Amino acid sequence: MTQPSKHPERIAVIAGQDRPRRNAIRHAQGRGRFVDDIAFANLAHLAVVRSPHAHAEIRHIDVSRALAIPGVVAIYTGEDMTKLCKPWVGALDHFPGLRSPEQYPLAVDRACWNGEPVVAVVAESRAIAEDAVDQVEVAYDALPAVIGIRASRAPGTPLVHPQYDSNLAFEMTLTAGDAEAAFEAADLVVEDVLDLGRQTGLTLEPRSIVADYDPSLQTLTAHHSTQTPYQMQDLFVRHFDLSEENVRVISPDVGGSFGMKLHVYGEEMVAVAASIQLGRPVKFVADRMESFLSDIHLREHLVHAKMALSKDGDITAMIVEDETGIGPFSVYPRTSAMEGNQALRLMGAPYKMPNYDGHLSVLFQNKAPTCQYRAVGHPIGVTVTEHLVDKAARQLGLDPFDIRQRNVVTQDMYPHTTATGYILERLSHEECLTRLHDMMDYPSLRAEQAALREKGIYRGIGIAAFIEITNPGPAFYGIGGARISSQDGCVIKIEPSGKFRVSVSVTEQGQGTETVMAQVAATYLGVDVGIIDVTTGDTERTPYGGATWASRGAGIGGATVMKCALAMKANLLEITAVVLQGKPEDYDLTNGEIVFKETGQSAITLDELCRIAYFRPDTLPPDYHPQLSISRHFVPQGTPFDFTNGVQASYLEVDTQTGIVTLLDHWVVEDCGVILNKQLVDEQIRGGVVHGLGGILFEECLYSDSGQMLTSTMADYLAPLAAEMPDIQIDHVCTPTEMTPLGAKGVGEAGTAAAGSVVLNAVNDALSPLDATLTQTPLTPERILRALGVVAD
Amino acid sequence: MDPQYPISFTLNGREVRQEVSTRTTLADLLRHQIGLTATHVGCEQGSCGACSLMVDGRMIRSCLVFAIQLDGAVVETAEGFAEDPVMDALRKGFADRNALQCGFCTGGMLVAARDLLNRETAPSREVIREFISGNFCRCTGYEAIVDAISQVAQATAQPQDAV
Repeated sequence: MTQPSKHPERIAVIAGQDRPRRNAIRHAQGRGRFVDDIAFANLAHLAVVRSPHAHAEIRHIDVSRALAIPGVVAIYTGEDMTKLCKPWVGALDHFPGLRSPEQYPLAVDRACWNGEPVVAVVAESRAIAEDAVDQVEVAYDALPAVIGIRASRAPGTPLVHPQYDSNLAFEMTLTAGDAEAAFEAADLVVEDVLDLGRQTGLTLEPRSIVADYDPSLQTLTAHHSTQTPYQMQDLFVRHFDLSEENVRVISPDVGGSFGMKLHVYGEEMVAVAASIQLGRPVKFVADRMESFLSDIHLREHLVHAKMALSKDGDITAMIVEDETGIGPFSVYPRTSAMEGNQALRLMGAPYKMPNYDGHLSVLFQNKAPTCQYRAVGHPIGVTVTEHLVDKAARQLGLDPFDIRQRNVVTQDMYPHTTATGYILERLSHEECLTRLHDMMDYPSLRAEQAALREKGIYRGIGIAAFIEITNPGPAFYGIGGARISSQDGCVIKIEPSGKFRVSVSVTEQGQGTETVMAQVAATYLGVDVGIIDVTTGDTERTPYGGATWASRGAGIGGATVMKCALAMKANLLEITAVVLQGKPEDYDLTNGEIVFKETGQSAITLDELCRIAYFRPDTLPPDYHPQLSISRHFVPQGTPFDFTNGVQASYLEVDTQTGIVTLLDHWVVEDCGVILNKQLVDEQIRGGVVHGLGGILFEECLYSDSGQMLTSTMADYLAPLAAEMPDIQIDHVCTPTEMTPLGAKGVGEAGTAAAGSVVLNAVNDALSPLDATLTQTPLTPERILRALGVVAD
Repeated sequence: MDPQYPISFTLNGREVRQEVSTRTTLADLLRHQIGLTATHVGCEQGSCGACSLMVDGRMIRSCLVFAIQLDGAVVETAEGFAEDPVMDALRKGFADRNALQCGFCTGGMLVAARDLLNRETAPSREVIREFISGNFCRCTGYEAIVDAISQVAQATAQPQDAV
C-alpha cells in the first residue's frame, strides 16, 4: 500500500455508485425473465423417474403403460442415452489418481443414490409427464449402501463401485517443514475431530433449461440457468457431436447460483438429447424435491486436526486429516476433488505457521454428489483452524485477539507463501484485526459477557481470521484438461447516438456484474454510466470467456472491460484528431465530452463525432476507416490467485435450557482491494455471511441409515429466514492487487468463509464455563443440549 | 387432457375468463396460461413465499390455491398494484437499497412488505423481520430488505397530528 501502483492508468471507479442497478429496477417491477418465464411454441416438458434406493441394480424397466398416456411424446432410459450422448468422467489431470466412473445422463444398470435420474419422460405438459412418471415400472434389486464418511472406510464396507478396490476416489498429501518435530517440541498441543454436516445450495430458482434444437440447420439454442454459458456450450458440442458455431447458450436472469449451476446434471443433458431427437424445444425445471435430491450437495467433512504451539502462543504446526464424502461420482467437469484440495490448503493460511502435514481422502458414498459451491473449502479450513486457535488461547490464557494478532502474517513478510503453498501478494490481517477490535468495542462486550454470566446468561464472542481465494489465474482448469476459459473478452461498440454497448463474457446472477462492468466502462471511457448498456450471458452476443465463478467476475471481468474502454477511448481520440485535423494527444474524453486537453474547452460531442463517422465518412480523408467497435481480451497474470483477507466476529447468546442460539451481532472487516461499488460489495458480504450462518446453525442434508434423503422439502431442510438473522456491520481495508490493472479482487466468498466459524467459536466461548464444547455442525439445539449434558447420549 | 372448467375473476383490476383443470394451481394459471410471470414458484408447498399475492385482500401462497377456487375473486399479483403509493414506494425503495440480488424472491417479498405496511405504518426492524419470515431469500441476507421496508415506512408514515 505504501508503494506506488505499477498501473498508472488506474483511477477511482466512482461512476454510478449512487444509482440503483438497472436489473434491480426491472425485478422490482415484476419484469424478471427467468428460463421458466419464457414462452416457446411447441414446447415439450421433461419429468424424470428417480431411484427410490440409495444403491440398486436396475433389473427391468417397463414404459408401456406410461407411453400409452395421451400427451406422452417420448420416454428415454439410460440404455437409450448411451446411444444419444457421449459419457463423461469427472476427473482432471491436475488431480492425479482421481477416479470416477463413466456417467450417462440417466443411470445405466445401477442407481447409486436416492434421487438419481433413471428414466425420462417427455410430454405435452409437465403434469402429463409427471402422470407418466408414476406409470413407469422399474424393477430394482437393492444393494448395500454406503452412507456415512466413517462407513465409507470401515473394514468390509460395501463398495460404491464394484470395479474399484475401495471407496477412495482421491487422496493427496501436503507437507511443509517438519510437522512431527514441531509437535515433539511443542509446549501445547490442541486437538479435535470436527464433524461438519452436508449442506445444499437451495437457490430459489431451481435448475432450469429449455433446449431448442432446429434440425433444419442442426443448431441448438439452450436457454439455461447457468453461470457458465461458454462451458456449457462446449459440453453440449462435445457430448452431442454438434458444431461449436451451431450451439448457442443463453442465460437470461439466473435466480441464484452460488456455484451450484455450473456443473453437469443428467436431467439437463437429457433435455438436450430429447430436443435433438424430437426437433422441438424441451423444458426441464426441477421442482423443489428434485432440487434437494439432485442438485449438488456440499461440505460433508470429518476432520481430525491438531495444532502445536509454544507457551507464548506461537502456532508452529498443524497436522490435518480431512475426509470428505462426495457421493457416488466426482462431478463433471470440475471434479469433486477441488473442495477438499482447497480446504486442506486453507488450513492455518492466515498465520505464519511454518510446518504442516495435511492429508485428504475423498470418499465415495451412496448419497447425492457433492461439488464446488460458494467459498469452496473455505468454511472447512477456517472453521477447523479457528476452532483450534480458540481452544489453544483458552488453554494458554491468551485473549482470542492477542493470539491471532501474534500469529498472522505481517506486512514485512509479503510476498509470502503459506505452509500449504498459497502465494500471498499482500494482505492486511493486522489492520483488519485492529479495526474489528474497535468496531465491536471488544472490551465492553467482554465486560457485558462477564456480568451476564453472573446471572446465568451465557453469551459468547467468536472471532476468525480468513483468507479468500479470488481471481483464479491463467492455469485454472485448463491445465487439468478442462475446456473452461481463464481469459475473458469484451467488445465495446459506440452507437450512432454516441452511447456505448458493452458486451462481456462474465455473467450476472444478481451480484451486480452488469452494473459494475458499466461503472468500469464509464470510468475508463470518461462518460456517464447512464449511456452504457451491458450485455452478458449469451454465447452468440458476447466474446468467449470464463464467465462467473470463484469470485473472478469483478476482478478479471472488470480488468477486461477496463482495457477495452481505454482502447475505445484512445480510438475515439484518434477519430477526433482526424475529424478536427489535430493530434490525438491534443484531446481528452471526460465527462462525456471530447475536449481540448490544454484548455478543457469542448472540441466535439460524441454524437457529432458519430454522425460524421457513421454517416459522413465521405468527409474524412481517403482510406481512413474509423473503428467504431473495439474488442479486448484479458488474461490474469502473476500469482495463481489474488487472495483477499478479513476477519469476522459474532456475539450471541445460548439458551442453556433449550439449546437455542440467538445471534445478537455480526461484524466483518474485509479487504478486497479496489472497491468498485461499495453497496454491492457490502451486499455480497452480507449474503455470504448468511449462507455461512445457515450452514453452521440450521442446514443439514440428512439421510436415513438406508440412504433415504430425509430433508427433501423446505419444511425439513431449515435455511435462514429474516427473523433469525442479525444485522451485519461491515468495514473495509483496501489493499489493491498489482496483478491486474484494475486492482480489484473478488468478494463473493468472504462472507461465507468465516461466518460459520465465528458462530462455532462464540457458542464454545459462551459454554466454556460449563465445560461444554461443540464439534459437530450444524449447531442444532439437540447437539447443544447433548454437549451440555441436559440431554443424555 | 384434463377436463376444463370456466372461471372468471378480477386480475390486477381487469375481468378475466379462463378455462382451468381441477389440478391447476393459481400460480401455474398465472404463469403458464395467462403469462404473468412475476409470481415465481420456488417450492410448491407454501414454504418459500415467492408466489405470494393478494386474493380478496388477503395475502396467500398461489402455489397452494387451485385456480378453480378463484371464481369471482379479486386477485392482485406482483405485476399489479397500479397507483398503489405504498407499492410504488417499495419498488423504488427496493431498487435504491439493492434489496434484491437475483430477483426471484422479489415479487413475493414486495407483496409481503406492502401487506405489512398496510397493517402497521411504523413497524420496528424486529417486526419487519418477523413478518417477512415467510419469504425466503438466498441472496441478500435480508438486511437490505429490512432497510428498504423500514425506510419506506418512515418516508410514507403520516405524522399523527397532520391527519
